[in-house]
Amino acid sequence: MADRYIEPVTADLRERWGSFAFTPAWEEKAKAAIARYPDGRQKSAVMALLDYAQRQVGEETNTQGWLPIPVMEYVAAYLDMPVIRVVEVATFYTMYNLVPVGRFHVQVCGTTPCWLRGSDEVMETCKKRGMKKGHTTEDGLWTLTEVECMGNCASAPMVQINDDNYEDLTGERLDVVLDALAAGKSPKAGTQEPGRHTVEPVGGPTTLTAMVDANHDYRGEW
Amino acid sequence: MLADKDRIFTNVYGYQPWNLDAARARGDWDNTKDILAKGQDAIIDEIKASGLRGRGGAGFPTGMKWSFMPKESKDGRPSFLVINADESEPGSCKDREIIRHDPHKLIEGALVAGFAMRARAAYIYIRGEYIREAETLFAAVQEAYDAGLIGKNACGSGYDFDVFVHRGAGAYICGEETAMIESLEGKKGQPRLKPPFPAGAGLYGCPTTVNNVESIAVAPTIMRRGSAWFSSFGRENNKGTKLFQISGHVEKPCVVEEEMSIPFKELIEKHCGGIRGGWDNLLAVIPGGSSVPLVPAAEIMEAPMDFDGLKAVGSGLGTAAVIVMDKSTDIVKAISRISYFYKHESCGQCTPCREGTGWMWRMMERLRVGDAQPEEIDMLFQVTKQVEGHTICALGDAAAWPIQGLIRHFRPELERRIADAGNMAEAAE
Repeated sequence: MADRYIEPVTADLRERWGSFAFTPAWEEKAKAAIARYPDGRQKSAVMALLDYAQRQVGEETNTQGWLPIPVMEYVAAYLDMPVIRVVEVATFYTMYNLVPVGRFHVQVCGTTPCWLRGSDEVMETCKKRGMKKGHTTEDGLWTLTEVECMGNCASAPMVQINDDNYEDLTGERLDVVLDALAAGKSPKAGTQEPGRHTVEPVGGPTTLTAMVDANHDYRGEW
Repeated sequence: MLADKDRIFTNVYGYQPWNLDAARARGDWDNTKDILAKGQDAIIDEIKASGLRGRGGAGFPTGMKWSFMPKESKDGRPSFLVINADESEPGSCKDREIIRHDPHKLIEGALVAGFAMRARAAYIYIRGEYIREAETLFAAVQEAYDAGLIGKNACGSGYDFDVFVHRGAGAYICGEETAMIESLEGKKGQPRLKPPFPAGAGLYGCPTTVNNVESIAVAPTIMRRGSAWFSSFGRENNKGTKLFQISGHVEKPCVVEEEMSIPFKELIEKHCGGIRGGWDNLLAVIPGGSSVPLVPAAEIMEAPMDFDGLKAVGSGLGTAAVIVMDKSTDIVKAISRISYFYKHESCGQCTPCREGTGWMWRMMERLRVGDAQPEEIDMLFQVTKQVEGHTICALGDAAAWPIQGLIRHFRPELERRIADAGNMAEAAE
């Protein structure tokens, strides 16, 4: 985490983001988030609000979104928190982008379970397309990050791109996904292994086969 | 092998819809009011009798944990249940399947457990990276509210109980229970000193119990089928069924619910199509997620996959995340990558962990290429001992154990690399 830094607050940055405010749609979500916590505990909602703010910035910039300092200040004022407490949260959790990112944030899992199944090849495929770890490509399309275990270990290796996971990857399969995204299409998320549904063994489940075709109720057999 | 009728998570692969109607047809939310009518103490006794041990890694008896919660509030403070869905331990991928394919088991479990411990609400803390999974969970919770299953007079029981979903944002450490509570309060997820324990002063200073997703989600089925049914599986002290997650060099990695104590070889043969390249090609296994020490092939083969069986081979069941490595694996790199993980995820609060995880990783990277002196292996081992047990939470221990396991079982390999690198340097001169 030590290699993260905050985008400096310049006059331009303040000019661009100083008047940030939630749109009605995000404001509605923000209010619902605050309502999940007891009265007076509204700062529990800071993580949700930072996420919403980042997503709104993403909509305005056609990227995954990030958190300029003036936006963090807005969230702090919204929740009646000192700005530094918000900055602490934003810098502690890795999903908050502290600098601008591209249209697609390609997050390659490189932790041991994915590495054992070929995450090096996945990373190579990204690099061959001109992506560089920690950077955004010139055309603004891709930002590449190596991330830690994403919890898809039984369908490794995987990448998360913005909100979707692509699992059971090879270099070739990732290329297909990236080509589709670049062309403005929505490739199928989840496993890329032909014939595999989710995390059952490839070739079909060894258990619960009655569930494949019908919503079987096992209670009659208890 | 466990019969399908005795599996709790029947929709684990998501062939069928997750929604309320489908879940009800599978048996969830079936007269939950009757379960609650048994009363708090009866529920806790039943869970105690079932032998259920926490599924998040530590294996603490679940029923006993619930019994630590106050039976009445003397000062008006409410109690909370916090459900740990911050599944981030490398190798672990079971809670994800419960949440995206069987979320109503979790929500019903939240009500049963929350009622038993006299909590007013449950917060489900789901890791931030589970974006689609969180969407499903939010929608499932809404379904349960709309059907009157949770909220005011939950299931017509007269008990008011809320379930809230809280998304994380990328921090492994928030899986530690007090870090999770800090994070829920809107702060950096840095663990708290204990005592006070959460059951005394947890979320917002109120009595709190933190349980893993799987521990909570199995509770309603245990209540329906009885503790004797659940405890008929597994060995003494290691009861029940368990979601195993097998990754790495098996033919067919998968998540599967099996009987506790199933021997390793049987688990892999039955569900994973064996080891890539055959059993002779097996090098080592990390049987419980990245925090537990690896076990060499010869020792793991017949080991029962449970808390005590894996402890006996110097490791642990952890979350039952089984990472399999065949002989093509650069075992030093495999462990070094885990060291990098802990360096990345150290919250920075305690010096031995903040500094030690980086130090251990750099040392591991040197050992990977043999750029070290033989005595540095002992020095590294000693450093792991200085980190272990000297930090507020167990992340320091978790960073130390994989390296200790490597040195214990693969010292000759480390020495060979040092010797090879030395010979190469000599030849170059």
